[in-house]
Amino acid sequence: MFPKGTKRKFSDSGEEPVSSSDQGQAASSAAAARTLSSSYSLQRQSLLDMSLIKLQLCHMLVEPNLCRSVLIANTVRQIQEEMTQDGTWQIMTQALAAAQCPADRLVATEVLCRQTDAAAQAGQSPKPFSGDVETEVTMSTLSPVSPQLSSASYLAGPFGEQVFGTFEIKHPAPPPDPALEELFSDVDPSYYDLDTVLTGMQSAPKMGPYDLLESLSSHGPTALSSSSSCRSDLNELDHIMEIIVGS
Amino acid sequence: MYCAPFWKKKKITDNFRADIISTVEFNYSGELLATGDKGGRVVIFQHEQESKNRPHLRGEYNVYSTFQSHEPEFDYLKSLEIEEKINKIRWLPQQNAAHFLLSTNDKTIKLWKISERDKRAEGYNLKDEDGRLRDPFRITSLRVPVLMPMDLMVEASPRRIFANAHTYHINSISVNSDHETYLSADDLRINLWHLEITDRSFNIVDIKPANMEELTEVITAAECHPHQCNVFVYSSSKGTIRLCDMRAAALCDRHSKFFEEPEDPSSRSFFSEIISSISDVKFSHSGRYMMTRDYLSVKVWDLNMENRPVETYQVHEYLRSKLCSLYENDCIFDKFECCWNGSDSAIMTGSYNNFFRMFDRNTRRDITLEASRESSKPRATLKPRKVSTGGKRKKDEISVDSLDFNKKILHTAWHPKDNVIAVAATNNLYIFQDKIN
Repeated sequence: MFPKGTKRKFSDSGEEPVSSSDQGQAASSAAAARTLSSSYSLQRQSLLDMSLIKLQLCHMLVEPNLCRSVLIANTVRQIQEEMTQDGTWQIMTQALAAAQCPADRLVATEVLCRQTDAAAQAGQSPKPFSGDVETEVTMSTLSPVSPQLSSASYLAGPFGEQVFGTFEIKHPAPPPDPALEELFSDVDPSYYDLDTVLTGMQSAPKMGPYDLLESLSSHGPTALSSSSSCRSDLNELDHIMEIIVGS
Repeated sequence: MYCAPFWKKKKITDNFRADIISTVEFNYSGELLATGDKGGRVVIFQHEQESKNRPHLRGEYNVYSTFQSHEPEFDYLKSLEIEEKINKIRWLPQQNAAHFLLSTNDKTIKLWKISERDKRAEGYNLKDEDGRLRDPFRITSLRVPVLMPMDLMVEASPRRIFANAHTYHINSISVNSDHETYLSADDLRINLWHLEITDRSFNIVDIKPANMEELTEVITAAECHPHQCNVFVYSSSKGTIRLCDMRAAALCDRHSKFFEEPEDPSSRSFFSEIISSISDVKFSHSGRYMMTRDYLSVKVWDLNMENRPVETYQVHEYLRSKLCSLYENDCIFDKFECCWNGSDSAIMTGSYNNFFRMFDRNTRRDITLEASRESSKPRATLKPRKVSTGGKRKKDEISVDSLDFNKKILHTAWHPKDNVIAVAATNNLYIFQDKIN
């Protein structure tokens, strides 16, 4: 039933660690509580990452499914709300912001591999960066598909063009291309943050995974692109999956 | 309720995927059983009359008609493929010798007429028997054509095509009790059609938010009330059911009744909403109850009580501790259907590992059966199956981890009068009947 070799995820509800015995309660219960919470956080984080990847790869499904996308997006928002409440959300976004490497966030996947190494060398804990890499990689892979993603069944017509036109815009890299800026200056960048991810269309490849999560707090989830025209990029996606799974 | 199976297997063709059955439906008399598949084909089975030699056995269901209902399309404007998979088939009540059914894929609904031809006219004046026109100058005498019997031919012809009314994927169609109108529902909208009019439909429900970023809920199923032609229900991905009265307003965005069971706070998890999403809703034949299927259970609701269901049946509660894995492999999004028997005393729904479950509402007994070639020889009695949930696995029980989650029974149908059921297991169709006649 479960694919072999996958990391054990969310140890589903009901499997909490045992509580402490009568003796030495204070120390062991505190330790247990810490273990409990970190294990829970890890599981929750893992669920969040899984959900984000599912959303971004939605357009690769044989049968695009709005219901499924809405349910996954709601799950992501739920996790985000809980993490915001217990303060871990801010910690996570700050850690990522500090660790994000500037510049050199080009579309090509070989450059992303270099990006990966740079991120790893930053010495952060693997968890946030695996998420960072995964979502960046998948997001960037999607950008070459943009010519075909100019339409989506669940979005109004003009929206697709906006997103298509803006995918290079949100670039935190220091030297913005003045030509690009001018070209897309009239586009409203607030649109595509969440929408591009949740619609399975590419967002700015430069955007980190938690940029888009921030935008989740301001926007609700949106409809899903059901474009099947990305199949031509399966080769690239294979390459990306190797990176995610293999590394 | 213990069935003697005589199963009919659909031939596995080279194109395995196209043969996956996507809908199963008996007609009003139960004489015909229609199946639709992923390849856009409809196959209709007909109940053969009982043979005189073996009167204790009911007749079998044999293939009556096969036709291609929908073809794959390409939406050039949106650069999207439109799948030909038949999502739903609904029969119309029979009014003359022909049979009519509605079949739908994601975008287009079609009305098909299935008629028999068992006579042929012979002795035309103006043409030969093989159809060639005769030279009028050669005709020296007139004759009256005579009807001669011929081998039975069953013809299916599309009579109406209801297109271009849905932006999102159609998940339900339902014929109204007035036999003149029907509704079609997609993820965000429900339309009301007249069977005679194809270029127009009324939009009666629209839950699309002005800003799609605010979308958090979609329509998952809809059905017309079996007797009250002004009433229909639709279910949502948040586990709610809304009953609407079309007399109240042209646009039924405001419901007349709102059915939702309060959540059990002790079992709340990140998957609570997903497993509460309703995959199917069916009125009872009496029209007094309705049944909803969510991921783990089937619930029977009294239409007069909105705050909770009157009955809840656990289909596969042992999966509750596996929800994360089922989320990972996407099984948690599987949409199971459910159905009533003719007298509303029993309900049936599918599960994994080719298991399906039946619940007797009166005795509260339930049974798990398996639809597979290995476990059902023709004419043999089906053996009840059991999934072991505890530590010790008894003989003949199957453990949860051994279940095959690729073998899912999503579509089942119950004969409207008799104890005959049709179970679709991927690309095989099984028909079971009750031994006691």
